[in-house]
Amino acid sequence: MTQDDTYHRPKILGDALALLAEGTPRIAAGCTDLFPATERKVLPGAILDISGIRQLRGVSQHKGGVTIGATTTWADIISAPLPPAFDGLKQAAREVGARQIQARGTIAGNLCNASPAADGVPVLLTLDAEVELQSLRGARRLALSDFLRGPRATARAADELVTNIHIPSEATEGSGSFLKLGARSYLVISIAMTAARVVEKNGIVQSAALAIGACSPVATRLPEAEAALVDAPLEPARITPALLAPHLAPIDDARADAAYRAKVAAELMRRSLAALRQRQAA
Amino acid sequence: MTQIIIGGKTQTIQSSPGRRLSEVLRNELGLKSVKVGCDAGDCGACTVLMDGAQVCACLVPVAQADGAAIETLETAEPTLSARLQAAFLDHGAAQCGICTPGIMMAAMELLRANPKPSRPEVETALGGVLCRCTGYAKIVDAVAGLAPRAARANGHAVGVPLRRLDGQPKVDGTEKFGADVGPEDALMVRAIRSPHFHAAFTFGNLDQWASISHVKVLTSDDIPGVNRFGVIPPLADQPALAEGVARYLGEAVALVIGPAEVIEALDLATFPITWTTLDHAVTEADGVAGPQLHDTRPGNLLIKGRVAAGTPDAELAKAAHVAEASFQTSYVEHAYIEPEAGVAWMEGDTLVIHACTQAPVMDRDDTATILGLPKERVRIVPTAAGGGFGAKLDLSVQPLIGLAALVTGHPCRMVFSRNESMRASTKRHPGTMTARIGSDATGKVTAMVFDGDFNTGAYASWGPTVATRVPVHASGPYRVPHYRAEARAIHSNGPTAGAFRGFGVPQAAIMQELLYDDLATQCGVDRLAFRRQNAFVDGDKTASGQVLSAVGMLECLDALKPHWERALEDAALHPEGSTVRGVGIASCWYGCGNTALPNPSTIRIGITPDGRLRLHQGATDIGQGANTVIAQIAADALGLSITAVELIGPDTGLTPDCGKTSASRQTFITGRAAEAAGHALRAEILRLTNLSEAAVLKLENGVLTATENGQTQTIELGAANAYGYALMAEETYDPPTTALDEDGQGTPYAQYGFGAQIAEVEVDLALGTTRVLKMTAAHDVGRAINPLLAEGQIEGGIAQGLGLALMEEFLPGRTENLHDYLIPTVGDMPEITSILIEKPDPEGPMGAKGLGEHVLIPTAPAILNAIRHATGARLTKAPALPHRVLAAIDEARKARPDQRSVEDGATITGPRDSRHGP
Repeated sequence: MTQDDTYHRPKILGDALALLAEGTPRIAAGCTDLFPATERKVLPGAILDISGIRQLRGVSQHKGGVTIGATTTWADIISAPLPPAFDGLKQAAREVGARQIQARGTIAGNLCNASPAADGVPVLLTLDAEVELQSLRGARRLALSDFLRGPRATARAADELVTNIHIPSEATEGSGSFLKLGARSYLVISIAMTAARVVEKNGIVQSAALAIGACSPVATRLPEAEAALVDAPLEPARITPALLAPHLAPIDDARADAAYRAKVAAELMRRSLAALRQRQAA
Repeated sequence: MTQIIIGGKTQTIQSSPGRRLSEVLRNELGLKSVKVGCDAGDCGACTVLMDGAQVCACLVPVAQADGAAIETLETAEPTLSARLQAAFLDHGAAQCGICTPGIMMAAMELLRANPKPSRPEVETALGGVLCRCTGYAKIVDAVAGLAPRAARANGHAVGVPLRRLDGQPKVDGTEKFGADVGPEDALMVRAIRSPHFHAAFTFGNLDQWASISHVKVLTSDDIPGVNRFGVIPPLADQPALAEGVARYLGEAVALVIGPAEVIEALDLATFPITWTTLDHAVTEADGVAGPQLHDTRPGNLLIKGRVAAGTPDAELAKAAHVAEASFQTSYVEHAYIEPEAGVAWMEGDTLVIHACTQAPVMDRDDTATILGLPKERVRIVPTAAGGGFGAKLDLSVQPLIGLAALVTGHPCRMVFSRNESMRASTKRHPGTMTARIGSDATGKVTAMVFDGDFNTGAYASWGPTVATRVPVHASGPYRVPHYRAEARAIHSNGPTAGAFRGFGVPQAAIMQELLYDDLATQCGVDRLAFRRQNAFVDGDKTASGQVLSAVGMLECLDALKPHWERALEDAALHPEGSTVRGVGIASCWYGCGNTALPNPSTIRIGITPDGRLRLHQGATDIGQGANTVIAQIAADALGLSITAVELIGPDTGLTPDCGKTSASRQTFITGRAAEAAGHALRAEILRLTNLSEAAVLKLENGVLTATENGQTQTIELGAANAYGYALMAEETYDPPTTALDEDGQGTPYAQYGFGAQIAEVEVDLALGTTRVLKMTAAHDVGRAINPLLAEGQIEGGIAQGLGLALMEEFLPGRTENLHDYLIPTVGDMPEITSILIEKPDPEGPMGAKGLGEHVLIPTAPAILNAIRHATGARLTKAPALPHRVLAAIDEARKARPDQRSVEDGATITGPRDSRHGP
């Protein structure tokens, strides 16, 4: 450890924001991305550990929707009582790593790490999630799609802390689903993943929110595909590759080639919708 | 100050708040059951319970554990822990034992909430802990609380599914692996490694850097002996520390040595070295024309192996049916959960090295050569090995910590990081293979030609073994009267490819078994029947001209037949939809022991003057079970209860040479030595009586007796000999083999083992994903010395074969971690049914044959053939990642337009038999 390394673990949000105003410590929460990024036995550099700030953890439902604290873990989300719109989020939570990672990894950490393959992002996009950022300068909210700027890049200013994720009440309607495609069970980084949230009335789709991950630099909503579902009974077959194509920019990597990703994206989305349809029927 | 609660007691932590909990538990609190396999949350070996929830201790800064109750295997609630420990021993759920503590902690979290979990619940609970040995089946059985499998010896030990004799420390967390031994204040050694595939380098001012950094730096200039090692001495080409040029990414060029806290804090990026990159090649194809890596090897050809018999070209020209194909396999990483580790110190003028290894005597000899010491001044004490699978046959830390200890005079420790382990260790050879096989109209195979280039990477390692084993085995366990097979080991700047369970034979089997499916289809013969028709029987001649005996091939295939018929029926009944099912079969044979070379084992067994029976067992047990199996054989040969046996070693200071744990040789060769030593000691005892061979021996409370016809004699135990024994025997066995001539003709092995496996898979036609539903494996083990351990070998081999078939592809420079390099988790494993066939081998101890590598060979070809059966997809490269399978399905459709596309949600239709492919 070098001389200037420091480790702060404040209990109060204001103290954390003050530390961020003074310097540029790395913000640590679940550490499930920070530790794998170093071979060192100690987290290197100046660290601001926000896991001791109680108010940042937990899920609350209120008139305005649902608020998920920044350091809420995937395990917390799995066990939280939430409406069917959050079923996809719970499925995603169960697909993050395995139980050890779910017990420690946090929702805001997943967003701030900004991996193109972040398991939480597609489903939060379908929930119209907003990211709340606070600093000594004040607070602001950004739509998740505005918060994520690119691979490993977010709109968070150096003195800001992500404090909450908000799901507006309109987005808590309907039911959600999530599907992750990987080359093995458990502990796997996605080849591709899809999320869907559909609101139906009398068997007719009123609105649909669809998103895809790991097929573009940032996970993205699919407006053309969403439009294709509305005002009709839920019909997965309406999802065609052409509807998705404008939003996909897949790459070749060790897990799959780009052509494959482009090809399976529509199929995965159809299956996410088919799962919803099946659940509705049941 | 951070405080954590361990076993109800509050511990105040001195370590800095950002330190990994795993390090604090291991080093500050001495809780060494917490294993470090990756430091990235990828392997789960460090799983502990934090306030009752399983976490990877490597991902928790200790500050976050403040006020929390932490449970490790040593400190967990004893009742549940004891129950799980017994279950793990009774099921054979721990092999090497490195993952066991983490698995057990994960299981405890589950069992507290849910004492009677279902299999899926067990899988979800254990999904975050990787095991590379067991294939998870016995672990799941143990956690799910199934009835125990192990039994007690009843008169005889051989044939009894005994608990492993060395099992208790593995299940209670006290087993000592490479990183767990030696003084806490040992100096830490770290290697500076090449960041380039091929580069020249020069050092800057090392003295100055070392002085500023408060460390010692060593380079090849400091090596007192011959800076060249290799497992095949005439081809030794690998420096312990590179001299001026690094030939692969990750090659060690210098050592930095200092107190642990100094080394840990060091920024190695400041190390004064200048690199000049050179042209490089990393594939076998590029290697041929790439930069020449070794002066004496033009075209980067290390060695060529060849077996030829008859006139294969002429026979292929007139064959009724000919199948031909090419296939490519990838670099495969051993991915043992224990990265290489060890510690060295001086005891008087002897250098003592404790490290994980599969080959202590080879380690001693090579380390002595490198360090310029006589062999007698180097002592290798193998620690428990947390998996090996071939890569721990090669030197890793031994010469480096040996040099450091020699120069500094202090104990020196080295523990590879996961990244370092994956860069520095050997891999399975990638192979580019082509073969043609012909048969007559009735399906009798007449001829085969095989040609393979194998990427052997920067250094020789076991490349020569691959090049000689492959041509001998590429026929599969089948009669091929006209045959020619050539295999070349080609250097590249890829990682050095060495030994990995099967030495190239698993790759060649994929090629051959694929073509057998083609031929069976062309002949209109059932695929199992086709194999049976051509399978070796006693008296058949191999392509090397060796006449076989004790061949259990037909027995294996016949045992599989009802399973085959049931599986085909199940697959056909699978409803039409987005998935299809298929069934594949493949066989294996494998010569046990070194190829056409001497490889003796020596076993010493003795009874001390105070009546203790000691077995000097030098065969390293890397989880496969040599400690138990060799003792079972020795005990029965001697005629004493196995409970009386005390194991000594392995330790080059205490045990005679049992060779290396490779080539499926320990049960066979060391087992034969143990049998002979047991018999010799028995004869020695009986000589002291006037009783016959039928006498019954007993050793109880230090008293040795012999009884016959109701008469009991007590054998007087005299004074100790130089080894400390009143009675002692030492016997050596070396399998009778001959060298191979230039056509590969001769007797390369004294024994072969045989087997066959059926894979049942489900393939998703739209996603190209494959799920293996069931594997049925029949293996001829000659005599199952310990059926529980034999099953464990089968299940573990299948897990590795499944990885080879479906997911494992090591890309140098890109996948040096366990989240980009995938090995199967508990959720990927199929149901496995093992059938042990016992056709006794006249050379084997009590008829036993080797098994360790055989079990992996048929798995990948059976799975690939099942994918083909299901979909028509003809893979040309392993692993069958989803994108490759989907592309192959599309190719198959183009070739057979009667199958409609599943694009846009349509389901597949068309005649069922179209799946069988042309």
